[in-house]
Amino acid sequence: MNFDFSDDQKQLRDQARKFLAEKCPPKAVRVVLDGKEPYDRALWKGFAEMGFLGVAIPEEYGGAGAGHLELCVIAEEVGRALAPVPFSSTVYLAAEALMLAGSDAQKQAWLPKIANGEAIGTLALFEGTGNPSPKAIKCEAANGVLNGTKKPVADGAIADLIIVAARTGSTGRDGDISLFLVGPKAGGVEAKALTNLDPTRGQAELTFKNCKAEPLGAAGEGWSIITQVLDRAAVLTAFEQVGGSDRALEMGRDYALDRIAFGRPIGSFQAVKHMLADMYVSATLARSNSYYGAWALSTNAPELPEAAASARISATQAFQHCAKNNIQVHGGMGFTWEFDCHMYYRRANALALGLGSLSYWEDQLIDRMRKRNAA
Amino acid sequence: MNFDDTPQEAAFRAEARSWIAANAPKQYEDELRATSLGRVGLKNADILEVAKAWQKKKADAGWACLHWPKEYGGRGSSPIERVIWQQEEGPYGKLSGMFIIGHGMCGPTMMAYASEAHKRQYLPPLASGEKVWCQLFSEPAGGSDVAGLRTRAEKRGDDWVINGQKIWTSGAHYSDYGILLTRTDPTVPKHKGLTMFFLDMKSPGVEVRPIKQASGHSDFNEVYFTDVVIPDSQRLGAVNDGWNVALTTLMNERMSIGAGVATGFPELFDFCSNLMLDDRPAIEDRNVRSKLASWAVKASGLKYTSIRAISALSKGERPGPENSIGKLVAGPMIQDVATYALDLQGAAGVLSGPEAELAGKFQAMLLRAPGTRVEGGTDEIMRNIIAERVLGLPGDIRVDKDLPFNQVPTKGRS
Ligand SMILES: Cc1cc2nc3c(=O)[nH]c(=O)nc-3n(C[C@H](O)[C@H](O)[C@H](O)COP(=O)(O)OP(=O)(O)OC[C@H]3O[C@@H](n4cnc5c(N)ncnc54)[C@H](O)[C@@H]3O)c2cc1C
Repeated sequence: MNFDFSDDQKQLRDQARKFLAEKCPPKAVRVVLDGKEPYDRALWKGFAEMGFLGVAIPEEYGGAGAGHLELCVIAEEVGRALAPVPFSSTVYLAAEALMLAGSDAQKQAWLPKIANGEAIGTLALFEGTGNPSPKAIKCEAANGVLNGTKKPVADGAIADLIIVAARTGSTGRDGDISLFLVGPKAGGVEAKALTNLDPTRGQAELTFKNCKAEPLGAAGEGWSIITQVLDRAAVLTAFEQVGGSDRALEMGRDYALDRIAFGRPIGSFQAVKHMLADMYVSATLARSNSYYGAWALSTNAPELPEAAASARISATQAFQHCAKNNIQVHGGMGFTWEFDCHMYYRRANALALGLGSLSYWEDQLIDRMRKRNAA
Repeated sequence: MNFDDTPQEAAFRAEARSWIAANAPKQYEDELRATSLGRVGLKNADILEVAKAWQKKKADAGWACLHWPKEYGGRGSSPIERVIWQQEEGPYGKLSGMFIIGHGMCGPTMMAYASEAHKRQYLPPLASGEKVWCQLFSEPAGGSDVAGLRTRAEKRGDDWVINGQKIWTSGAHYSDYGILLTRTDPTVPKHKGLTMFFLDMKSPGVEVRPIKQASGHSDFNEVYFTDVVIPDSQRLGAVNDGWNVALTTLMNERMSIGAGVATGFPELFDFCSNLMLDDRPAIEDRNVRSKLASWAVKASGLKYTSIRAISALSKGERPGPENSIGKLVAGPMIQDVATYALDLQGAAGVLSGPEAELAGKFQAMLLRAPGTRVEGGTDEIMRNIIAERVLGLPGDIRVDKDLPFNQVPTKGRS
């Protein structure tokens, strides 16, 4: 038994951390936060050059073929640095959907472009308020033509490749849903950028009007693919959340050591110490659950659905907990635009919603545990 | 990253499994499986005797105190083998409760500080469960602040004479030996005037008075010392160096990490799966699911945190203060889980004992839980440990730090 990352994987993590510390300091994140750029193009190019985008993509499709454990360690650093790039939408959602369901031709067409940074991808799933559910999908596809509206779509306004979940049947079952691939030359797609909690990761509304689309995966398999993609993305996002939690805790700790009140560092007050200890506890539980998720993802274990839900819930709770209490430790400073605390708070709360809310994953977890117990 | 046994581990597991299958006291399996925190005892047998017999059988076959050296009654096993044993021992592991303090804390302290002759004399019968040990640290004036203790040890010739009182001593009423922390010099700051001993609990002048606990049980005691004589050869460590010896003991408490700390979660999950609420299983209720999920990820988080710690141990890393997390999470969780299970029972939740749902399992858990949050260091002390030793925050301001012990104030309001 060895429940840890290997030395090579840890080395990759160090390398990613160093790279991001240099290329993605908070002031680079702020360029996107302040709305001057939709994402950090130079950083995105750097990600491609470092091979971060294609680590889990097989070599035959232009990736490094290293695997998902390697992608997990990179995701942690992306979260720690709040990298303002369309990493999760492209790598966790679009690339995973292609790898799971794409034809060889589709993989050949798109995966190399994702790996080298040429194509930004996303998954268009949601249609307004609510959680992932086949019933909530009204967007329709018939004869290779899409009609409907999706929102919010992560990085939807800058995506070159859109994977769309649409209704192709009317039986009222999961089998009504199919996936489609919409490329940049499709025509009939209108994108509108939407303001959102975390401007460092864009959200958009996409309207499809008689838009030509090619099927991705078999007809009626859409929901099953989406569930698998969401599980995979849940593990990878959990690592982003773990990285963010750790950084928020570190910021709080450092401030508590430096700031003096009543003649002593505030970190010597138990109320503050205990708040930081509790942040450490939630971050540690999240990390351990995420490691389990990473193991399940990398081995494609039958435990993956349950492990993914655990990692997702635990990491969501931890990042929200650490991000909000980091502001509290910082006092009034923590509530200024100038301090970076709010960027973590924004990211924590945005990541908490992107793949379906906490209550959705709680539901999933209990269903999956019941299934296991019944087996 | 993998959970697979190495060939060596698999061989060890197979050996352990077949030995347990052939030797375990199977007649108690169901009852042991059904017990959870707060409910000790067997219906038709004396748990103490059953526990001792199982421990002796294990010792005779070389399965006791796995990580101890062979010459002291152990097996010289790796940390992973210990965990594999725990997994295979399953419900029978619950019989080890009365040995935890002896095996986890007293034994390692003896190993570090006793003479070779004493180790060979005292450790094997401790490993085999023939002799039970207790830990005599806490006092009315020294619980969280262990170093605030007042029990005096005075040198008389080759002996020491002990006077004073200990409290909350688990198992003292059935213990044969104990490790005892005393004050040998009250004129120096508190940490610098302590000395550690081990003693025979049957020594003249030792009086054990069971305390009735909030749970209604009596697992811990007051222990009074009146002119109790301990030979100097039973001193552990140097005179006035008892604080460092005590730290060894407390560090070893951390080493006793297992694959599973009790959280009450599996019991709650089962309960909610079977309980009908508004004509459907409770587990189908939105609020119930949300609560369950939050506790599920705490329980699994703890499980994988301890597996990470075991992986680190097996690579030769030392267990650090980060292991305080287990008790800090599990203690309050058990209490909350029990409270919630009673809430689901509605008015009937107020019943306890055989009349209650599941024969009062959660009621017993509820009544035991406050002790879990206090024993072995309170939640607050655990948070201090994490904040100071893991995160590097400043220590608490200690007004008694450099004061001679006999000048430290003893009353809160005066
Ligand atoms: C079931 C049980 C079994 C036990 N078994 C043993 C045993 O076998 N041997 C043994 O020696 N002892 C044993 N103990 C004693 C146990 O170690 C102490 O009870 C514990 O360390 C707390 O000390 P105290 O009871 O004196 O509480 P106190 O130290 O008086 O604490 C009272 C409150 O003050 C808080 N507090 C105290 N100091 C601080 C601080 N610095 N910062 C913040 N808050 C603080 C505590 O957290 C607590 O909430 C046992 C206790 C229990 C409940």
